[in-house]
Amino acid sequence: MVIKVFAVIISWMMVIVPAQAAPEIEQWQTANGAHVFFVAAPELPMIDIRVVFDAGAARDGDLPGVSLMTNSILSEGAGELDANQIAATFDNVGAQFGTSSERDMAVLSLRSLTDSTALNSALEMFSTVLNTPSFPEDAFKRQQKQRLISLKAEKQSPGALAARNFYKNVYNDHPYANMPVGDESSINKLSLDALKVFYQQYYVGKNATIAIVGAVDNRQAKKIAEKLMNKLPAGSPAKQLPTVAEIKQAKIKSINHPSTQTHILMGQPGMKRGDIDYFPLYVGNHILGGSGLVSQLSNEIREKRGLSYSVYSYFRPMHEMGPYQFGLQTRNDQAQQALEIMQNTLEVFIKNGPSEKELKAAKQNITGGFALRVDSNSKIVDYLSMIGFYKLPLDYLDSFTVKVNAVTIEQIKDAYTRRVHPDRMVTVLVGGEAE
Amino acid sequence: MQMLKKVRFILFSSLVLPQLVLASVYEYQLDNGLQLIVKEDHRAPVVVSQVWYKVGSSYEHNGITGISHVLEHMMFKGTKTLGPNEFSQIIAANGGRENAFTGRDYTAYFQTLEKDRLEVSFRLEAERMRNLVIDEAELLKERDVVAEERRMRTEDNPQALTREAFYSTAFVNSPYHHPIIGWMSDINHYQADDLREWYTKWYAPNNATVVIVGDVVPEDVYQLAKQYFGPLKPETVATLKPQIEIKQTGLRQITIKAPAELPYLMLGWKVPVVMTTTEENAWEPYALEVLAGILDGGDSARFSRELIRGSEVSAGIGAGYGLFSRLAEVFMVAGTPAEGKSVIMLEQAVMNEIDRLKNEQVTPEELKRVKTQVVANAVYELDTVFYQAMQIGMLETVGLDWRQADDYVDHVQSVTAEQVQAVAKKYFVEDGLTRAELVPLPITQSQRAAQGGNTHGH
Repeated sequence: MVIKVFAVIISWMMVIVPAQAAPEIEQWQTANGAHVFFVAAPELPMIDIRVVFDAGAARDGDLPGVSLMTNSILSEGAGELDANQIAATFDNVGAQFGTSSERDMAVLSLRSLTDSTALNSALEMFSTVLNTPSFPEDAFKRQQKQRLISLKAEKQSPGALAARNFYKNVYNDHPYANMPVGDESSINKLSLDALKVFYQQYYVGKNATIAIVGAVDNRQAKKIAEKLMNKLPAGSPAKQLPTVAEIKQAKIKSINHPSTQTHILMGQPGMKRGDIDYFPLYVGNHILGGSGLVSQLSNEIREKRGLSYSVYSYFRPMHEMGPYQFGLQTRNDQAQQALEIMQNTLEVFIKNGPSEKELKAAKQNITGGFALRVDSNSKIVDYLSMIGFYKLPLDYLDSFTVKVNAVTIEQIKDAYTRRVHPDRMVTVLVGGEAE
Repeated sequence: MQMLKKVRFILFSSLVLPQLVLASVYEYQLDNGLQLIVKEDHRAPVVVSQVWYKVGSSYEHNGITGISHVLEHMMFKGTKTLGPNEFSQIIAANGGRENAFTGRDYTAYFQTLEKDRLEVSFRLEAERMRNLVIDEAELLKERDVVAEERRMRTEDNPQALTREAFYSTAFVNSPYHHPIIGWMSDINHYQADDLREWYTKWYAPNNATVVIVGDVVPEDVYQLAKQYFGPLKPETVATLKPQIEIKQTGLRQITIKAPAELPYLMLGWKVPVVMTTTEENAWEPYALEVLAGILDGGDSARFSRELIRGSEVSAGIGAGYGLFSRLAEVFMVAGTPAEGKSVIMLEQAVMNEIDRLKNEQVTPEELKRVKTQVVANAVYELDTVFYQAMQIGMLETVGLDWRQADDYVDHVQSVTAEQVQAVAKKYFVEDGLTRAELVPLPITQSQRAAQGGNTHGH
């Protein structure tokens, strides 16, 4: 195996990659209607595969936690095999199999060598897990207990407590209000039957996106995609989620916690994937709080005043409006001061917009570092999953720098004025009393 | 680009290095002693530039713990020709991503850039290698930032508090005793002169290794390095005292009480690392590395199979060992009991697994699995230029040769079941064990609802 790897590496040194080129994406559908997105990456003898279903926590209905548990129980038993046999099959060929489930996406992922013995074995198992899960009772009960432990871990983390309360208060009755892990009462209400019903409804071809990046050709990639979908019915795509309601008035939630810092989260519904205002909001936020140590928020909170180690803001675009979130942590007695500076910085930004100099610097940062966004297979497969899942145009990456460069100060001010409302923010503070 | 300054690497990622470091690595030394290592990787038109200094928390003594880390912060705060934060602004304007991290044995600075911007990195890094300005007012603010960092990472994180207490118990006179970020009292009392002295002592071309990986021509990089780093004056770099940890002669135990919901158990045995072995026992660290994989290398390893699934005694447990540290280390096992199980039950289950390693040889299938995973990981790690640079820099900086990476897979491949059993018997003994337990105190939680109020405080 080692010798083979060596030979491949020598050959990759001959490959010349043109600067600034976004990877070429091929796209097709499987027989059961799954959309496949493929980028050939022949340089390293490995492959990354993601199968993404529109089956995240937004689909939980009245059983918060059902999507996450469905996603994670698949590899606990499938066909005639138990969890030990499944895990051993992946481990024995050095493959890495994983599952994860957030609000929109439920993901199964595989990284494997493309050596045919390893790849065939890993793919066979991936397909078995996905197509013929057996939902074992003992694994279900164990996972139920593990979820309760996760909830306890959350209770000892001020950051995690803040996140739960932030989503709850920003989204209220919307499905995005729940944490993917669920809550104590919902986890106790879960049943194997509920998981099976969820799987049958959402783990279907027309609700699936497959992203493949690696050292295979498109003929092999087509076989891989068909194999992964081989027993899943076409089914139907998940229904559109309800629209997120605007927040009508400001809301503050303070939660006592015996911590030395107060964790502050502030925000409101932000934007969707493919949002018409995506570029002005994205570039604007880059300047305000999205560019690490050189952002306005970092400058005001950390550089000038030493109030927090980490301060940021970001949009998290989702199917429906994901949050626009601001965050920092500071010593309890400084919490009010830090919050006020964060609010002021946002208000001044909306009123004045960025300066010409700031906008230029932001564009230089975003476009000048474009190649860094797609410099590894793991980053490319993430982009493919996102582009595919949210049905973004295939030239999303190619057109990215052009669209960023076209953004003006007026567009940023206009988009912020229409879309961001500092007087109607949800603010969550988790921390102790000032000493 | 969330700018979190990493202070330590994840404990339970047992370090794995590929042997696929090929002839495409070039090594140079400038006249002033600066070492330059260049590795070609032409997959994408990018380059990572890392500057590694031989200094970290294990170079510190009591009273100034964490000073390497706060100095790392101050390296962004201005030089003779750069204003505070200007370094970061220039890198950002060049499309770069940058950060820095401090470990026990190293401090490193990095930028990832499009390949034609490497000059920007060299110009700025050369400037702050010798021309840093420690401004009193900037230091006072940065002390506060680091204090906030410590609160976030340690003070308010019961498992991190336990980890800190564990190391300060396991190591008495070895500098691995103190935390990388430093004790809070030390953080609050650094003076500008402390920083200046520390900077002068360790930040010099003859104490630095520059590592470049990416779409570059090595000779061009060398010329560029000569241009920017070449004129810097070397320094008389201090010799470190050996600070060899005293022999442990009995079980050490510590209890940490903190507001928490979940108990946590840490068990660590004193073990050698590559740096501390002789030719005779050079195989031992690799046998320990394989042993870590037997216990915790994937979902089919013994901890998952026996403790999480089998007896369901643990909700999460890991084994960790870093064989490439500068000084002797511990082999760590740490975990949380499952719902309805106690720390004592978890400990008993771990000890049963340890006894099994001592009493029976691992199976050929398990051994083969760990070795296969090591080979596969060596390929996967080539997917990022950052990691490739990281392993070269780290090996060089702890005092090993970067070529050690070449041999890693081979060393692991040659480990036998007998050797795994032998290191288990030799090192997993009570006299070398440290045990730390987190005992949760109640978290009293109440909500002060203030709905509908205006959040504006002014």
